[in-house]
Amino acid sequence: MRYLPKSPADREAMLKAIGLRSVDDLFAPIPSEYRLTRDLNIPRQMAESEIVDFFRQRSRENGDGYTSFLGAGAYFHYRPVIIDSLISRGEFLTAYTPYQAEISQGTLQSIFEFQTMICELTGMEVANASMYDGSTGAAEAVMMAVRLTGRRSVVVARNLHPEYREVLATYATHQGMPLSTVGFGDDGRINLTELEQAVNSDTACVLIQSPNFFGTLEDVDGIAEIAHKNGAMLVVSIAEAVSLGIIEPPRQADIIAMEAQSFGVPLGFGGPYCGVIATREKYVRQMPGRLVGQTFDKKGKRGFVLTLATREQHIRREKATSNICTNQALVALMVNIFMTVYGKVGLKELAKQNLAKTAYAVSQFGKHGKILFANSPRFNEFVVQTSEDPYAVNSRLLGHKIVGGFPLRKFYPELGNAALWCCTEMTTRSAIDTAAGLVAESERSVRSAKEEVEEVAR
Amino acid sequence: MKHSTPKATRHLNQNEGLIFEKSSAGKAAWKLPPLDVPEIDTAKLLGSAERKDLGAMPEVSEIEIIRHFTRLSTWNYAIDLGMYPLGSCTMKYNPRVNEAVARVEGIANGHPYQPEKISQGALRIMKTLSECLIEITGMDAITLQPAAGAHGEMTGLLMVRAYHESKGNARKKILIPDSAHGTNPATAAMVGYAVENLKSDSRGMVDIAALEAQMNQDVAALMLTNPNTLGVFEQDIHKIAEILHAKGGLLYMDGANMNALVGKVRPGDFGVDVMHLNLHKTFSTPHGGGGPGSGPVAIKKILEPFLPKPVVITHSDGTLGFDYNRPQSVGRVRAFYGNFGMFVRALAYIQANGPDGLRQTTEDAVLNANYIRKGLEGTYDLPYTTPTMHEVVFSDKLQAKKGVRTMDIAKRLIDYGFHPYTTAFPLIVPGALMIEPTESESKEEMDLFIDAMKSIAQEVEEDPQTVLDAPHSTRVSRLDETAAARKPVLRWKPD
Repeated sequence: MRYLPKSPADREAMLKAIGLRSVDDLFAPIPSEYRLTRDLNIPRQMAESEIVDFFRQRSRENGDGYTSFLGAGAYFHYRPVIIDSLISRGEFLTAYTPYQAEISQGTLQSIFEFQTMICELTGMEVANASMYDGSTGAAEAVMMAVRLTGRRSVVVARNLHPEYREVLATYATHQGMPLSTVGFGDDGRINLTELEQAVNSDTACVLIQSPNFFGTLEDVDGIAEIAHKNGAMLVVSIAEAVSLGIIEPPRQADIIAMEAQSFGVPLGFGGPYCGVIATREKYVRQMPGRLVGQTFDKKGKRGFVLTLATREQHIRREKATSNICTNQALVALMVNIFMTVYGKVGLKELAKQNLAKTAYAVSQFGKHGKILFANSPRFNEFVVQTSEDPYAVNSRLLGHKIVGGFPLRKFYPELGNAALWCCTEMTTRSAIDTAAGLVAESERSVRSAKEEVEEVAR
Repeated sequence: MKHSTPKATRHLNQNEGLIFEKSSAGKAAWKLPPLDVPEIDTAKLLGSAERKDLGAMPEVSEIEIIRHFTRLSTWNYAIDLGMYPLGSCTMKYNPRVNEAVARVEGIANGHPYQPEKISQGALRIMKTLSECLIEITGMDAITLQPAAGAHGEMTGLLMVRAYHESKGNARKKILIPDSAHGTNPATAAMVGYAVENLKSDSRGMVDIAALEAQMNQDVAALMLTNPNTLGVFEQDIHKIAEILHAKGGLLYMDGANMNALVGKVRPGDFGVDVMHLNLHKTFSTPHGGGGPGSGPVAIKKILEPFLPKPVVITHSDGTLGFDYNRPQSVGRVRAFYGNFGMFVRALAYIQANGPDGLRQTTEDAVLNANYIRKGLEGTYDLPYTTPTMHEVVFSDKLQAKKGVRTMDIAKRLIDYGFHPYTTAFPLIVPGALMIEPTESESKEEMDLFIDAMKSIAQEVEEDPQTVLDAPHSTRVSRLDETAAARKPVLRWKPD
């Protein structure tokens, strides 16, 4: 086996040194009736070339070569080449969690820079070293608000990513955290009247997403006011991190739970991604996850360490703020490099391109189809309602190597034939024109079919 | 006569400030293509929501970024540099073909919501990996959704709870041995269970009499790590399972140490009902400085209705898809399907090994741990003499007499060119030195390690101060962690 650095003679010598006759003696502690006396029934040992072939074949069966208009919590942005060059360095790739600070300063300093940039972008005072992803991060942020307020019930926006809502429901079930949902209005944004009625003196927090699941921006000020006057916290989930380049961060929030996948993390069929929690300094001791802090060594030299570990499971066990242990360090490093590459000016320009492509797409799709929530400000997603079932429309688009918008009926039956479309800087004008043209064709054919029926009826 | 090379030599490495300290207006490492759609009026589109300023975000060039992160990287120790014997963490070689195949276009860029018709490749990877892991563990079904080991624990206990609820009583508590990982009790609390501590016996194993006394209808499950954190296989495992099952409880196995068992014995065969795996331990996906992990949960048939949704299924036409219609499911524990990129790597690892390679891997891991035990026995105190599997736990009892503790020895090990072992865990061994070499170490590397540990023991006798002041050769000496926690500085601020 090519990963094992021992010759048969080495193994012999080692067994002899230990004072054993055979390898079987090493496994003597396992009761013999349970010991496996056959080969595992798994694929045979493969050559590296065969493994590469296997995955290339899988890649060809996996949408390789399609243009996609999917967003909905996972976004296709350009990944600068140097991200992979740098994260492939073995010193980052094959290091453990930086508990031994003296020989982990590389990882520690990079996390400190990551925390700083997340603070700058979100307008918060502290950020952790990462969470699993946006969905679990949002659930952990809610649990944090429950601890901070000593209240238990949670008000959740219905236009929060539906899978985030499902994850929160799973987390909340056994922790005695009743959830209630507030709907959205004709503009796709949270219905403030409904929110006003839902929030009361038992509410620990209001959880919203902005840009929300439909891509429209919430009235964060208005929502914060309702939450705060009832003594509840406002938790804002951000699923599309690039939006922060051109859209004011929700500075009125008490906790921000972000998914940073857009910053240089491959779509990868849904993971690994990079969740982050950011908040106010005064709440830091209730924040879950690892934190890196600055300090000095015996000679007064600046260095970085994991800090405030007394919140964590390995010290506090069942009284910890969370059971989280492993986070997403390498993915956070991708995010960190991405933020460094684009920086102060690039992120803004990048976000602007997303906005421009989306505005153009809205104008093109709007010519023949119906754009829902058309008058609300949005970032890079929009909802198109077609006369035809969006699955049927998408199936036709697939023939043109285009993946159409995400049909919303599964999560929002009341929206009928609506689908959520996304454009990023990667979406070309010609792809938009083609897709909008095909949607227009579908509209025309439905209309002419209808006219035919009406004519026959006459 | 072989030339013997000492493990490490000091050499220069570059200093580097924070990236913000290099920033100045007008530098850039990015270039966007020309806009092919009309320009927009952002003020008109966004109104008051438009952001004007991105604060202290850096402005630097590409070469500066390359040097910045390359310099930082050289300050890290890594498996790629040498032995990384962190007990319980399984720091084994991370094969590079795993990285290569995870970056193949259609795999790296697959969108989680793309139609099933063009997701067959990803689904096939998930299906194949699931089948392999089910066979390896001897269980009946699996979910790949949990993002890490602790997340897997939560998922497993959610299923345990759902199972008991379906029988009309969720039960109240989880039994956890005193040698367990801290995640176990933290997880039980998240799932709404009380934690009851279970004592180990003099062999470092579950005290069967104590278990019998503590087991009753209030106990939902026992969370057991096997081999446990002392590296000891629970020899009475069948009795443990029987005691639990007789009173309707379930046996949860923390699979953090599955690398001691693969190809040799299957938890499903010795009575385990539910277990998680850490793909970043046993199945070689990189630790990456602390993640991403991946924590699939394998289960017996009785728990299948409660699996998180969606579940991968085969349609009647032979194509693969997701089944969301799972009325008894515990729900979702994560958006989308889990850390898919880690599934790709784990499957590539299994393929590179095959049944013979996986078995040899396990044998070598156990051989290495026993070789180290033999080499250091006598020099360091061995609190439990029970046979060792994949890791061995010593204590600092002998060295403590000179005022030198496990953390000091660990820090001194750095000067010898090794990453420290795990210190002060498991909690049942005061002053623990928990050593896990994994199968990735050659005899030569381990001989150097044993020599280094012996040499440190001698220093403790002759010149303990050298050990107490260690490390001596690193960029920074011991850092003031108390000050860091007392007045936390968690971000850089412009002057």
